[in-house]
Amino acid sequence: MNPIAEGSGGKKAATAEGFEPRVIIFACNWCSYSGADLAGTSRYQYSPNVRIIRVMCSGRVDPSLILKALRNGADGVMVSGCHPADCHYINGNQKAEVRVSFLKRFLPHVGIDPRRLGLEWISGSEGELFAKIATSFTEEIRELGPNPLTGDDVPEVR
Amino acid sequence: MADKAIGAVMVVGGGIAGIQSALDLADGGFRVYVIERSPSIGGVMAQLDKTFPTNDCSMCILAPKLVDAGRHPNIDLKILSEVTGFKGKPGNFKVEITRKTLSVDLDKCTGCGECAEICPVEGTNPFDENLGVRKAIYVPFPQAVPLVYTIDRSMCIGCGECERFCGPNAIVYDMEETVTESIKVGAVILAPGFEEFDPSKLTAYGYKDYPNVVTSIEFERMMSASGPTGGHILSPLDGRIPEKVAFLHCIGSRDSSLGITYCSSVCCMYSLKEAIIAQEHTPGLKTHLFAMDFRAVGKQFEDYRIRAEEELGIKITKNNRIGSIEEDPVTRKLTIRYIEGDHILDEEFDMVVLGVGLRPPINGDYLARTFGVELNEHGFTAHSTFKPLETNVPGVFVAGAFRSPKDIPDTVAEASGAAALAAAVVVEGRGDLVTEIEYPEERDVEGQEPRIGVFVCHCGTNIGGVVDVPGVTEYARGLPGVVFADDNLYTCSADTNKYIANMIKDHDLNRVIVASCTPRTHEPLFRQTLKEAGLNPYLFEMANIRDHCSWIHMHEPNEATEKSKDLVRMTVSKARLLEPLVKPRIPITPRALVIGGGLSGMTAALEISEQGFEVDLIEKTNALGGNLRRVTHSITGEKPQDILKETIAAINERKLITLHTGTEIETLTGYMGNFDVTLKDGAVLKVGAIVVASGAIEYKPTEYYYGRNPNVITQLELEEEMTKGAFAPKNVIIIQCVGARDENHHNCSRICCTTSMKNAIALKKANPNTNVYIIYKDIRTYGFNEDSYLEAARLGVVFARYSDESKPRLSYTKKGLVFRVFDRFTNTEITIAPDLVVLNAATHPDPKNKVLAGLLKVPLTQEGYFLEAHMKLRPVEFATDGIFACGLALGPKFISESINQATAAAGKVAAVLSKDFAEAEANTAEVDSEICTGCGTCIQVCPYSAIERGEDRKAVVNAVLCKGCGTCVATCPELAIDIHHYSNEQLYQQAIALIKNGGGA
Repeated sequence: MNPIAEGSGGKKAATAEGFEPRVIIFACNWCSYSGADLAGTSRYQYSPNVRIIRVMCSGRVDPSLILKALRNGADGVMVSGCHPADCHYINGNQKAEVRVSFLKRFLPHVGIDPRRLGLEWISGSEGELFAKIATSFTEEIRELGPNPLTGDDVPEVR
Repeated sequence: MADKAIGAVMVVGGGIAGIQSALDLADGGFRVYVIERSPSIGGVMAQLDKTFPTNDCSMCILAPKLVDAGRHPNIDLKILSEVTGFKGKPGNFKVEITRKTLSVDLDKCTGCGECAEICPVEGTNPFDENLGVRKAIYVPFPQAVPLVYTIDRSMCIGCGECERFCGPNAIVYDMEETVTESIKVGAVILAPGFEEFDPSKLTAYGYKDYPNVVTSIEFERMMSASGPTGGHILSPLDGRIPEKVAFLHCIGSRDSSLGITYCSSVCCMYSLKEAIIAQEHTPGLKTHLFAMDFRAVGKQFEDYRIRAEEELGIKITKNNRIGSIEEDPVTRKLTIRYIEGDHILDEEFDMVVLGVGLRPPINGDYLARTFGVELNEHGFTAHSTFKPLETNVPGVFVAGAFRSPKDIPDTVAEASGAAALAAAVVVEGRGDLVTEIEYPEERDVEGQEPRIGVFVCHCGTNIGGVVDVPGVTEYARGLPGVVFADDNLYTCSADTNKYIANMIKDHDLNRVIVASCTPRTHEPLFRQTLKEAGLNPYLFEMANIRDHCSWIHMHEPNEATEKSKDLVRMTVSKARLLEPLVKPRIPITPRALVIGGGLSGMTAALEISEQGFEVDLIEKTNALGGNLRRVTHSITGEKPQDILKETIAAINERKLITLHTGTEIETLTGYMGNFDVTLKDGAVLKVGAIVVASGAIEYKPTEYYYGRNPNVITQLELEEEMTKGAFAPKNVIIIQCVGARDENHHNCSRICCTTSMKNAIALKKANPNTNVYIIYKDIRTYGFNEDSYLEAARLGVVFARYSDESKPRLSYTKKGLVFRVFDRFTNTEITIAPDLVVLNAATHPDPKNKVLAGLLKVPLTQEGYFLEAHMKLRPVEFATDGIFACGLALGPKFISESINQATAAAGKVAAVLSKDFAEAEANTAEVDSEICTGCGTCIQVCPYSAIERGEDRKAVVNAVLCKGCGTCVATCPELAIDIHHYSNEQLYQQAIALIKNGGGA
């Protein structure tokens, strides 16, 4: 039996009503984080459910980190980096793309809906795009409902 | 004995050229004063949406340079200032600067923008080419540097609201201050940029009368995501989305009726870029470009054009200068009449973009008079081919569009070149005037429990107006590890920074968090504050509760407050794990290696030695001079062979230069500061920096009976023939683009069109009865080279245009050569019996580049030229620190352009060598060899070859080469690598603190 796939429900699962997703966006310093800054300076209003974690490169985002976040109850995780060929570190974004697409195939096997993981290219000049993506991703996650995993029932992985 | 040179340089103009010159000089140990007339540095590049041919976002690549210039301790930005006086001699000039300030105290303004929020007056925004609106008190654009507000008095109604609302009391409405100061510098660089051509005087285009006719720069603002229409292309009349857009080239260029005969060099490419981006923005949009010639002369520009035409369906119609636009008064659609083949066609468009040319800067005449600098007949500065950045006034240099219209990479190369020349003037003053900030000794926090201080910023009302800042502060006080929290009106103001430093001492803080705006602009400032308070700067972290919270949730104060608490909690969780970091220092061997003894290599070697450093110059053949040895005359009248002799003599005399001829590199290892090189002749060199100046080769044609018929020769062979005398051909045909712009070699060789003009003019002048025919695809005499095209035409040179579908044909019979071509201009077949056919053989990359690139571990383009670190802003650098390139090795270019790049590369080298040590990144990766299994996956993914195998086969990171991207960390299957400052545990705790409310404890 797979305790992960079963999902124990926990405190959130039952309360789909009034559900506010918790969404993490790992944003690269050079493009997507500055795109998020520009969304701010341009006052593009977007969903307040998103929390950004700054990394230097989208290629830094470790699949196990994403997995840990999802298994501990993050409702959605997105990795966002520079557009292809714009990477500040030559091609870190390509590596991010490979990892995310691999991880998306893997997630169902551990009981996680792969739609909870996103990947987007957002440049430093695309404030509006950042806002749009932040909102649309949040809405997609809202549709999916709360992440049944809470981490309480999962053994810690390293 | 003359006075010692003053170790300071003045840069007039704060566009990309001025910024680049200033950064190079400031990094090289000189004080720099940047004089900018407007309220912010950035220039025209700040207005651009994307840049060709990479479609890079312009602001994204410019903004970091703005911030660097703004916070550099050796750069003084003098905004709203003009030069009003100039005297002295090289090394010791006195420049008078006048700054006019209205109402805002530049030192007190924090750039919070509350004044603009409250200002009741809205008017058009010149930064958006008056398509958008702004308040009467404004910053030109959000990323402006310095970020201080200015009142537009022409718009202001004088209500004084801004003065009342200004938190830091920076606005004194009645203040009108004119400050004149005298600044001593050793050299001056003029970089005032250019002015756009104003098409309103050309009534036939209906600009300003027909609302759907816009200029290219207006269109650029429309395309910009941060522009007035948010990146949507809309009709300025009714906001409709256009279906068809036309781009007209040469508006205010190549137009003798206006007295503007030169080509503006960049309009073909920017029009194409705008067409590409417009089609990307508006699905289904059709674009059509109308040009006389399509001048895609830069590196990989032709590839860009081919992609646009073939893949994106962008239509380019050549042979057309559109003279007028007709507007339908009802539909407001615009009709353009043009010629295609034998047909005259009318085509209707929703919008027409005028590709406006580049004019001399508005203050060009004034600057020329003030500095005594000569201008050419076009109103730009006058220069010789071999001293392209120097003016008639010693110690005064010019960079960028004030010299001639040009694109960004050429501008940046010139800016670095001018900086190098200026540095050579003031070199004895290096380090005299730079600011060395003394910091107290760092406190040892090793093993201490975290004692975190949290400073929550109101940012005026920017945060405080939405978020419950005292509530967030109170919340922060209760988080584990936090021993102090307070809220501040403006955390970035100078007095709050003093307060932070005091609190660090009073409360014995060993971690500091500021919850305010973005670390991208403010982290350096607060890190500085930590250093001043004796804390390691890496014990600092920011929570972005403005850009990522209050500004985007303006109507949801409760959610914004909760989110701010989450962001602070996440940041505290990470901050508990912060560790002090030290940037590794790399000692520098103050000696350079220049590879290649052509003009570029010799220039680089000479300029490096001008700044006092030793140089090893290696040349694979036995003689210096490279391709220049075969250039016999120049279009400007200088004698290339005389100059070559002088240059070689200078190399031989210069004691700092060691020449190695007839040899090549055998092995090369090391990194910036410490390269170990062995040559094939056995010599062993140790250098701190390297310049690649290995040149290019002339294509050996296989076409047109070359090598089989003695009357078919190449352009360089023609030059050699012409010097021999007794050379009087009757019918000369010059065929362009041989080995260029064909199936196998896509790109343009840039120089051949002008070289043809040069030689055609010389042939005509030597014998006016000689018939000279130039057979071309496009005439690409960009910039002032256009003058040579006009002169050739005036002297009776005949031009015929061919296309790929109808290539010229040459046959030879016993009677001689017969040449046929279908001329696309007159649509007729032309037959000529030439006694000489000159093939304009392309410039091709040296096949040996592959070997050299392998030794240096630097990349090549698909074609085989060296590939610079960044097409736009790092034209002479590689991504690998300490290795630079210049001249033909990077791609085809003119002598003057090679000299500019060589000088630029030399300046970069000197800046590296002038330091005792270089600082590398602190947030580098580190391997836990206990866990590492030696699988080598990290070695494969590292983009900088910074990871090697140690003696035990396990991975070892070279901290000097590591840039801190963290790709290896994400790759390691054993989690054996971690990266400082973005460690697995730090990111995990940050994430978990969000997911589990109150977690991370």
